[in-house]
Amino acid sequence: MSREVLRAIVWGLLVTAVLGALILLGSRNLAHFDAALVSYTFAILFATFGLTYRYSMWLSRPPTAMYWRRGWQAFFRRGLRLQNVGRWFSRVVLDIFGNRFIFRRDRLRGLTHLLIMWGCIIAVAITFPLVFGWLHFRPVVGDLSRYEAVLFGFAAFRFPHDSVVAFFLFHGLVWASILVIAGVMLAMRRRMRDEGAEALQRFAEDFMPLILLFAVSVTGLMLTASYTWMKGYGYTFISLLHAITVIATFIWLPFGKFFHIFQRPAQLGVSFYKDLGRAEEPALCRRCGHAFTSRRHVEDLIEVERQLGYRYEVDDGRVEHYQWICPPCRRASFAMAQGLAWRGQRGGGPLATPERPLPMPVHANSGLGEGPLDEEDAENFHP
Amino acid sequence: MTVPETLEFFVDPGRCIGCQSCVQACAECDTHKGQSMIQLDYLDRAHSTQTVPVVCMHCESPTCAEVCPADAIKRTEDGVVQTARKPRCIACNNCVLACPFGVPKMSTRVNLMMKCDMCYDRTSVGLKPMCASVCPSQALAFATRAEMARLRPGARPVNAFQFGAQTIRTKVNMMVPDEPSCEIVDVTSAMFEPTIGHDILDTVFEGDENEHE
Repeated sequence: MSREVLRAIVWGLLVTAVLGALILLGSRNLAHFDAALVSYTFAILFATFGLTYRYSMWLSRPPTAMYWRRGWQAFFRRGLRLQNVGRWFSRVVLDIFGNRFIFRRDRLRGLTHLLIMWGCIIAVAITFPLVFGWLHFRPVVGDLSRYEAVLFGFAAFRFPHDSVVAFFLFHGLVWASILVIAGVMLAMRRRMRDEGAEALQRFAEDFMPLILLFAVSVTGLMLTASYTWMKGYGYTFISLLHAITVIATFIWLPFGKFFHIFQRPAQLGVSFYKDLGRAEEPALCRRCGHAFTSRRHVEDLIEVERQLGYRYEVDDGRVEHYQWICPPCRRASFAMAQGLAWRGQRGGGPLATPERPLPMPVHANSGLGEGPLDEEDAENFHP
Repeated sequence: MTVPETLEFFVDPGRCIGCQSCVQACAECDTHKGQSMIQLDYLDRAHSTQTVPVVCMHCESPTCAEVCPADAIKRTEDGVVQTARKPRCIACNNCVLACPFGVPKMSTRVNLMMKCDMCYDRTSVGLKPMCASVCPSQALAFATRAEMARLRPGARPVNAFQFGAQTIRTKVNMMVPDEPSCEIVDVTSAMFEPTIGHDILDTVFEGDENEHE
């Protein structure tokens, strides 16, 4: 067993044990734990182990480990901490919770993701504390018209059980299901109509999560329908069906597309790393002399490539490592290499004269949608 | 759906006339609507007409995918290195900087790397990629090896490229002279080579200067 696997197993067991301890603590030694929900608890504990294992394995990859370390270093950089905390809040709210970058990709896709994401957040925020016994409701002694919410064993707040607040609170999962179903419908519509998506999508990666979310939401709604309008008809069967779909989703969580929920926050670390890179010394292309990214980024990539077993070292003092060559000069070198192979056989000849500077590649057409995609890409192309 | 084994992509930058048809056609591709993924550069605009159209070479061991911290770049069973998976890409720019051919584009605004995926929606059903279907000089060609041998006598495809001490093998081929010495295209050794062309314009300008004198 490799060191990475062993470390991932230890982390997985540790985090699962901590969650188990919190369940014992929050439910006051299982006094408020609902035994009917025990299968859900074990599914979540399994998912916790799987997610921690995969996260740890993911972090052990050289590029991920490098970015993880550099992201934190950039965030806690002396003199920038206060500014970074402000930026962190703004980016979490706009990009993570507001899905700003997905709306920029496509408004309908943004709406689709927002519906699914918030549906899931609401559902998790309601069900997890209930399943773990961290939250339960009890009638107020002496005033049976009111309920009291008990959080982690402590009385949190009281409300009348026939109030609007109670209606929205007790039907929280219904609202969550409606959001998820609407989002899944929009996602399915795109996947069935968009030819680009059709070519790239895979069943396990792209359809399975949608099917699981739909199954969880629909069976959940069926439970509400059964006890509200059908006098509990088929309730036992539906609750079993619902449990199967939820447990399948949790078991699937560490392996499939849902893992992006835990990967995505890494984009925050990347943004701080880039902020720092822009404020520091740039890398200069060793062919054309132009700045094209931060020196730190090139040096880190050289180290990552070395760890991955790539040998882009160049036996030429002017270059040293191919990573010091900017993307346009790489494309130019690609053409030069073919030209060199055909020299003397195809028309034309070398044009250099001693006075002429090195050829400077420029993009043929930087019109809308044809050149750099935005500012950072323009730096990649050339300033 | 997979790309038929008999059909391959052949690039021949020496035949490129810089017409930009590929750039326009690329933007029509369904997998990256409205954005062209072709990198078409003038190498030395003031002195040479030499241009280079660069598509993804679809490396057998893609550096872009290996250096991706989010594991967002996947290679299909038929060897096509796909553009970044949208849920995963964190726009770190590693792939853009690490690709030895300088292919990927980065949109930081939408947190997404985009690159040529060999028009997978078309090639996976046996159609030509958009760029190859419109290229008038067939600098970008999608054909069988037999067709290429018939159309390009004296040339043959290679798919091995040298970058310093690193050899990269690709799914896409480059046309080189049919000589035993051309087993591998050494990119780094040509890095400081001059552009190719005819000194006609220089002569014209020099003539003008003489007339003014």
